[in-house]
Amino acid sequence: MTLARVDRRAPRSPARPRETGTADPADGPALRRHRRRRNRLTALAFLAPLALYLAAFYVYPLYRNLDLSLRDYTVRSFVAGDAPFSGLDNFRTVLDDPTFGPAMRHTMIFTFVSIAFQYGAGLALAVFFNRHFRLAATLRALFLIPWLLPLIVSASTWSWMLNSESGVLNHALRTVGVAPVDWLNSPHWALTSVIIANIWIGIPFNLVILYSGLQNIPGELYEAASLDGASAWQQFRRITFPLLRPVSAITLLLGLVYTLKVFDLIWIMTKGGPSDASSTLATWSYQLGFGSLLPKFGPGAAVGNILILIALVFGLLYIRVQRRQEA
Amino acid sequence: MKSRTGKRRYTVIGLLLTAVMLFPVYWMINVSLTPQQDMRKSPPDLLPLHPTFEGYRAVLDDQMPYLGTSLLIGAGTVVLTLLLAAPAGFALAKLRPPGGGLLGLALLVAQMIPGIVMAMGFYGIFLDLGLLNSWWGLIIADSTIAVPFGVMIFTAFMSGIPGELIAAARIDGAGTFRTFRSVVLPVSRNALVTVSLFSFLWAWSDFVFANTLDGGGDLRPITLGIYHYIGNNNQEWNAIMATAVVASLPAAVLLVLAQRYVAAGVTAGAVKD
Repeated sequence: MTLARVDRRAPRSPARPRETGTADPADGPALRRHRRRRNRLTALAFLAPLALYLAAFYVYPLYRNLDLSLRDYTVRSFVAGDAPFSGLDNFRTVLDDPTFGPAMRHTMIFTFVSIAFQYGAGLALAVFFNRHFRLAATLRALFLIPWLLPLIVSASTWSWMLNSESGVLNHALRTVGVAPVDWLNSPHWALTSVIIANIWIGIPFNLVILYSGLQNIPGELYEAASLDGASAWQQFRRITFPLLRPVSAITLLLGLVYTLKVFDLIWIMTKGGPSDASSTLATWSYQLGFGSLLPKFGPGAAVGNILILIALVFGLLYIRVQRRQEA
Repeated sequence: MKSRTGKRRYTVIGLLLTAVMLFPVYWMINVSLTPQQDMRKSPPDLLPLHPTFEGYRAVLDDQMPYLGTSLLIGAGTVVLTLLLAAPAGFALAKLRPPGGGLLGLALLVAQMIPGIVMAMGFYGIFLDLGLLNSWWGLIIADSTIAVPFGVMIFTAFMSGIPGELIAAARIDGAGTFRTFRSVVLPVSRNALVTVSLFSFLWAWSDFVFANTLDGGGDLRPITLGIYHYIGNNNQEWNAIMATAVVASLPAAVLLVLAQRYVAAGVTAGAVKD
């Protein structure tokens, strides 16, 4: 409601008046109103670059993507820009494609398995580092490294570690007497491989956020609990976990939104293969749009838009949870 | 006494956990120093006992232009992000602009859009405008990763600046722009550092935009340098891993010099104190 009122007033404002000098405590109401209006204009001037930027480099690309998904594009008409409108044909094509089911399933498995392990490991580590032992701060900082590395670095390192003949992981398995696994080239293991790498990358994020959440739990609660003879596990179950629930909700939802859109890691490690065994909606969308010499921009954009829809569901849920916590 | 040995046990466990977590990083360095003929040795050498620098020589020979481009694109992204995000953050924090709440929401949603979708939209636009394969087109695309985050950081930080400080500047006769430049920006150093660090790191690490929008340009970033290395000569893993080590340097420097800013950046927006 406030927004509507303000928006109506702004365009009526006269050209920006000149600076009237220092503040005068004896301002009349007219002058004050005048100044308030000028302040609004100044605020808009400060926001204008961002607003233009968002319109040009967020809204417009998204519009182009929507437009792509609603037209029947070929390479020629993509360049010429005269592709015929085809309604929801691209979406129908994509939904009927035999790749859709597996890609959707892989996206969900990738996302939920990654999140479960990242969160579990992150929480355990956060509780552990909360013990304030020597070197705790330094080691906690070192844990950030996987998250800070460029994804191409992590992805290529894991690719070599998971190499079936010379990878260090298979050597380790051989040493303990387990048969080596054809990690990246077997349809049974490709998805597991990229999930392992993704869990490794995501642990630091969960650790940092959950650790900062732990800082807000008053220490007296634990002191009281241990006076009452509560074991460490009971303290975790009855104090840490319930009091961390708001932070956990935020961490999990943010993790969901971020993990749904993971593309680089999978593309660099397996290109979604072998034979789509590790393809997700993100890699499939890229595969359709850029992965072959005969790009299918329309269906590629359609998959991208489906991905946006899924991300937005979790995203709006995140915003709702966050707003409710702030209130 | 008992508690001190207990604490020492935690330190030992902590060291072990960190070693496990950072093993891939160690392995990257180890492989980067391994001579080519030992690359497929079984079992592999766990320590670089016969280190070679042939991998790093390959980096010097092949990858310097890519590294230079990444520096250029990273720096450009930082400048663009700060120019857009700092004034906007100030306006949202202190000037109570019309539509501010809506804009804040839009920025949150913007961060949730998959990069791959943005890349496809940008591809069409850049094709129309002839911006494909240009380094500054890539700066524009890369900035979309950092700008919403930057505005959020600046808004949160500048909300904490005391109103009296700004009022005092006003009484001294400073206009809003003067106040922003001479009072607000200098006290916002922490936010400036955090936003600069992350926008540089994200631009430096970007692969999606680079691969779709700058795949055939004269100036390509280091992420593509590594990617083409993997594609072209997937036998010389010491060279690939040496490039990976060099490409990780900004992250390492960041962690050493600015760890508190990093942790602040990770938690920003996610947790409210």
